[in-house]
Amino acid sequence: MENEEVILLDLWASPFGMRAKIALALKGINYEHRDEDLSNKSDLLLKTNPVHKKIPVLIHNGKPICESLIIVEYIDEIWPHKFPLLPLDPYQRASARFWADFVDKKIYGARNRKIRTAKGEEQEAAKEELIENLKLLEGELGNKAYFGGEHLGYVDVVLVPIYSWFYTNEKFGNFSFETECPKLIAWAKRCFEQESVCKSLPDQDKIYQHALQLMKRSGYE
Amino acid sequence: MEGAVVLLDFWPSMFGMRTRIALAEKGIKYEYREEDLRNKSDLLLQMNPVHKKIPVLIHNGKPVCESLIQVQYIDEVWNDRAPLLPSDPYKRAIARFWADFVDKKIYDLGSKVWKTKGEEQETAKKEFIESLKLLEGELGDKAYFGGENLGFVDVALIPFYSWFYAYEKCGNFSIEAECPKLIAWAKRCMQKESVAKSLPDKEKVYEFVLHLKKVYGIE
Repeated sequence: MENEEVILLDLWASPFGMRAKIALALKGINYEHRDEDLSNKSDLLLKTNPVHKKIPVLIHNGKPICESLIIVEYIDEIWPHKFPLLPLDPYQRASARFWADFVDKKIYGARNRKIRTAKGEEQEAAKEELIENLKLLEGELGNKAYFGGEHLGYVDVVLVPIYSWFYTNEKFGNFSFETECPKLIAWAKRCFEQESVCKSLPDQDKIYQHALQLMKRSGYE
Repeated sequence: MEGAVVLLDFWPSMFGMRTRIALAEKGIKYEYREEDLRNKSDLLLQMNPVHKKIPVLIHNGKPVCESLIQVQYIDEVWNDRAPLLPSDPYKRAIARFWADFVDKKIYDLGSKVWKTKGEEQETAKKEFIESLKLLEGELGDKAYFGGENLGFVDVALIPFYSWFYAYEKCGNFSIEAECPKLIAWAKRCMQKESVAKSLPDKEKVYEFVLHLKKVYGIE
């Protein structure tokens, strides 16, 4: 495992990139982090992800892996001994993959951007939908400390990056996640006690400033 | 490994077809249950309360949802025969990438081809063919995406072949003319019993699409 070259092409505000950062940190992997300027994508990004041209891209010994969920599974398979993220049992693995897919479809989905970009009824509908879906996740968490059980697992890594965007969504949507989903907030704070998580997630206020800038640039009020 | 296997499915679903093929490749006996999507069974609603969609694979009473997750589950439980995912982690990541690409591009673009008209349809057709060409590039000179045998990407993509005829009729174009390598690959897959038995007849699919167009009020 010596002389491994690991590079992560990323964007500091991307929750997808945060997943890869957390996984690498939990496994104690040394890597080079490169922030991309998405308005001026590097040749390396275009070469390593020609199909989607998106971040994050993990480059391991020169070979690229794209799509954050695939990157996290790859990291877990290459470095299986430290901090395993996926369970060994096939049924539990299927369940973890199901909830990770749910997070991608329902929590990170494009419709949730409407909490920031829409107004009135459309915004309310987007808020309601997000809260409903977060409550489903609370149900799946149950009384466990983490989705992974007694330790952080795959679903925790996949979901926790949204925490850095909570403040932003609350400001835009004028509501409180803690009121609506207290169990999930408690879970997120528990995750934050892990150094690998809190070092990989940017400050909530920085994200808010970033979101304001994006909105201005896109011409939203 | 033993234990009852039930598949809740709907005959024209490309997603259900993936699971059918995986089960057939592994030689697993299972009970196939056709769902009426306008009148979903209690079992479906109980086994997939989150999405209420088919296919649902029920193994020893426990549900597995989402077709690509089901195929991986089948591959991991019945890991002593007909492996679908490679054993090398990097090759596995590549296989997952292209299966994800199929999910992101082929289904939505294919749907647009039969659901829309005019400029919207032309754009959909163009992007659909572009996506198929990218897949042809990934296939290269291999017999299958999985190499010498069917693999994860083959299983993820081949079900769409049963819908190609419907797309072509609705879009008035020939997929074979644009992507001959891909059609050759598809015909090669169809020679496998596991695939041929899992895909519906293309005329039946076309009839189904025409019916849907009526129901949705699409000319």
